[in-house]
Amino acid sequence: MAKSIDNLVDQVRENRVWRSIFRSGTGDSNLRRALFVQQNVFLHLFSIKARKRTLEFSATWYLGALTFGTFLILVITGILLMLYYHPSVPQAYADMKDLQFVVSSGVFLRNLHRWSAHAMVFLVFAHMFKVFYRGAYRTPREFNWVIGVVLLLVTLLLSYTGYLLPWDQLAFWAVTVGSNIASAVPLMGSKIRFLLLGGTAVNANALLRFYVLHCVILPLAAILFIAIHFWRIRKDGGIYPGESPAEGGAK
Amino acid sequence: MSNPKDFVAVVDSDARRTPRRIAFITKRTSPQVRVKDEDRVMTYPEVFFRAAVAIQVLAIALVVTSLLWDAPLEGLADPMHTPNPAKAPWYFLGLQELLHYFPPVVAGVLIPGLVVMALIIIPYFNINVEAEGLWLRDKTRRLRIFGIVVVVFCIFLAVFDVWVALVPTVIVAAFMFLAAQTDPQAAQGFRHWLVRKPLSFWIMTWFLFELIVLTAIGTFFRGPGWSWVLPWRG
Repeated sequence: MAKSIDNLVDQVRENRVWRSIFRSGTGDSNLRRALFVQQNVFLHLFSIKARKRTLEFSATWYLGALTFGTFLILVITGILLMLYYHPSVPQAYADMKDLQFVVSSGVFLRNLHRWSAHAMVFLVFAHMFKVFYRGAYRTPREFNWVIGVVLLLVTLLLSYTGYLLPWDQLAFWAVTVGSNIASAVPLMGSKIRFLLLGGTAVNANALLRFYVLHCVILPLAAILFIAIHFWRIRKDGGIYPGESPAEGGAK
Repeated sequence: MSNPKDFVAVVDSDARRTPRRIAFITKRTSPQVRVKDEDRVMTYPEVFFRAAVAIQVLAIALVVTSLLWDAPLEGLADPMHTPNPAKAPWYFLGLQELLHYFPPVVAGVLIPGLVVMALIIIPYFNINVEAEGLWLRDKTRRLRIFGIVVVVFCIFLAVFDVWVALVPTVIVAAFMFLAAQTDPQAAQGFRHWLVRKPLSFWIMTWFLFELIVLTAIGTFFRGPGWSWVLPWRG
């Protein structure tokens, strides 16, 4: 049974139409497995081979992959939530109530988006400290660390802009507290705050700006930098394998 | 020199690939130096499948969490009615805790700005690239420098009444000076591990500790008027 399914999969993947789309056929040889990665526009960000040592759980705790996983969940649930959301006052709050009482699985959708967002912030920090304590930021990986810091900031901004969207008391006052900090910047503080909020207080303009930032600008920035981040792993010689075993591991 | 064996000799004997050669790799050499070629696996399927399994486990955990706990939703936003306390999202509560002690331009602009700058320059800054234990060389001078730095910083925190930041600083400094009092040759276990930690480890650990303590205090232990509360007496 299993063998016939395998045969079927192989037949599909050797099919002329399939090959015209995916170029590489079945993965029954290392050449084919290499082509599978190398001839795919998304997968070719990654290297064809990886050091076995870097796949051990203790090496990375898979924190980078998990962070990316939360990002995928957030994109999917975020797009679904956009179908039920109007960035206007007070309709935004009414949409939260609709998610709660009208939309099928609306509460679950919002819960998953919310908890995944918290998880992503936590995982980004955890990933950063793990990378630091392994010394994986050292030459030649300096710039990928810098891109990682940019991604940390993008993640915080994504989470912060998303915080306002439910337009409840929690959202409104959290963003008020945060945007008041922006006005403490010397010389141009109030101008920065005005630019961020589209006004002098958190109002309908601020909601629209945060919506555009949260759903368009920041996700695009995140995708761009994630792509560079992954590609640099390959260019910088793969995931940092740790101290060389012959050095005695005395550090 | 405290450590007489500052290098290791490596012989790569794979004659098919390389002629026999001997490399001397000192402990301060860049990690780019590869001691020997090692086992590699194909990214597809090995790496992708492992990553997929990890992501699936996480997704299951998040789905279960979402089924059990609802995301908070309070009343409609009301600019006329300020909740007490008005709290930022949890990852900013460490900063909000500092806002309680310092003027906004310090706690809200200067400190986060310095943190981001410090994070960016980490890989370009020599103390982070050096992997040698802090106290293994030049110990007397370094003890004097770091002793003064820690004392001055603690006085600064005490003047501003920032006890919540002072306590983690003192604890990390205590471990740092415990490492200084440790004989690198004789020490065993934890102290053997401690004495080999470079300066970058101490700074980052201090930062991590402060981050956790301040965020936890802002999240769980602050109530109306930013006064102390106990989370279990809600």
